[in-house]
Amino acid sequence: MAANSSLEIDGDMEVDAFRRLFPLRYYEHYLGQSVRPDARPLAHARETTISLGPVTSVDGSALVKIGETTMLAAIKLEVMTPAADLPDKGCLAVDFYMPPVCTPNVRPGRPAEAAPVISKQLSDVILSSGMINFEELSLISGKAAWMVYLDIYCLNADGSLFDAALLSAVAAFSHLKVPLVSVNDNGRVTTVTGELLESKSELELVNKERRKLSFKSLPFSLTCLLHDKYILADPTAEEEDIMDTLVTVVVDSLGRLVSLYKAGGVVLANTSTVKDCIALAKRRAAELHNILVESISEMEVD
Amino acid sequence: MGMDRGDGRNPNQMRPLACSRNLLHRAHGSARWSQGNTIVLAGVYGPKAGTRKGENPELASIEVIWKPKTGQIGKQEKEYEIILRRTLRSICLLTVHPNTTTSVILQVVGDDGALLPCAINASCAALVDAGIPLKHLAVAICCGLTEQGSLILDPTKIEEQAIANLVFPNPPTSVIPKGSSTSAEEPFEHGIITSVTHGAMPVDDYFNCLERGRAACSKISEFFRKSLQSDLPDNASKAS
Repeated sequence: MAANSSLEIDGDMEVDAFRRLFPLRYYEHYLGQSVRPDARPLAHARETTISLGPVTSVDGSALVKIGETTMLAAIKLEVMTPAADLPDKGCLAVDFYMPPVCTPNVRPGRPAEAAPVISKQLSDVILSSGMINFEELSLISGKAAWMVYLDIYCLNADGSLFDAALLSAVAAFSHLKVPLVSVNDNGRVTTVTGELLESKSELELVNKERRKLSFKSLPFSLTCLLHDKYILADPTAEEEDIMDTLVTVVVDSLGRLVSLYKAGGVVLANTSTVKDCIALAKRRAAELHNILVESISEMEVD
Repeated sequence: MGMDRGDGRNPNQMRPLACSRNLLHRAHGSARWSQGNTIVLAGVYGPKAGTRKGENPELASIEVIWKPKTGQIGKQEKEYEIILRRTLRSICLLTVHPNTTTSVILQVVGDDGALLPCAINASCAALVDAGIPLKHLAVAICCGLTEQGSLILDPTKIEEQAIANLVFPNPPTSVIPKGSSTSAEEPFEHGIITSVTHGAMPVDDYFNCLERGRAACSKISEFFRKSLQSDLPDNASKAS
């Protein structure tokens, strides 16, 4: 093999092999022209699709795909007694699962170390953004309130897991319809299913119809990869492996910064980089908001 | 506006800092860092032979174990471990001891707000005590926003509303004077190594947090250096 002093790809070596052996140099060829190897511009995110209500056995669900990264979110509501010091508020429990199907690095005995971290980050972001009004989840003050179980399953992990997970959570909440409940003779609050409703017409319903929740603001996130002077928006798993500095910015529809998460990394972020990331995140939030509104209206037409 | 904080500090004032090193004699390096009532004890063991499966054997690897003061280990502890691991990885010189593992064990002794910055400062001091080669030190600070929207430094647990935990590098002081830089680049100390925020805040307030954080970090850096230098003449060799 001829020794090249310049960074030209040796004609004898196949492009694929070069990509595996020298991934960083392979990428730097493209970064200089502000594109990635698949011609996606650095500031563009991958194609995003949202599908609402794929799971019918739960109260709210959504399937989100950002490029190849696929997340399935499901929300179940259960009646519970609220805590004594917060009698008018419901509760939220978030869990993020990375089953072995999503990536070759996860096996049943070797759980992904990213899973509990993303799970915690998600519950932090959902609570900090004030998206859910917990008072809305109260049924009978002090006696009954809704406990929301949000479960998110990663079906295919190809980078930007947190973005897809947050989007699927927001989409599932938008799809959620609170089930009907009634109070029976013992004073217990129970959920009413469709068949029960038809048979007993004298059921005393606590809420008249299946309502949707109202949201103060919706949080949307964008993960960026920092390398030298470049900012790559929405990285794939391959890119995340090669370059290790990730910044996740979460903004909400009120324009507030809900979270800026940067954990270490070789590249130090200075103020101008942070400003650029926040600007990219705001653009992406507007995009995602439109996509979400479109899929909600499509579903309602059906 | 005169802001009355619970313990009588003014908005820009940090709690008293204390750092003591070489406390645990079995550990290769140890440090105890306290900011008011938030105290974290860090122990460093390493470098030990071998890396975990899946880690790059050409580089040293860092392992972090976080022990809370009470309760079981849950998602919060795992998150702290990951944040600390990635922060410490970026300040260590990983190529000096390839295929080795350095373990950093943190024990929370007291938690009264600003826990993560206290832990980062403690682990940095412990790494220095153990003699692990570092590129530069890292100093961490917590900036909080009150409900009225004003900025406070080093909030206690009650004051924690919307907070930003920031980590900045502390570059080595150079013997040779730096040439004048004509470019408009920011100095090295202004880059952010790690930033973890909790609670929503307006974007401008975040940039204010960055400014205040940088200013306060230079003071913490001075304290750090003084406490490291004062121990040097008396420090007995670890090998003995």
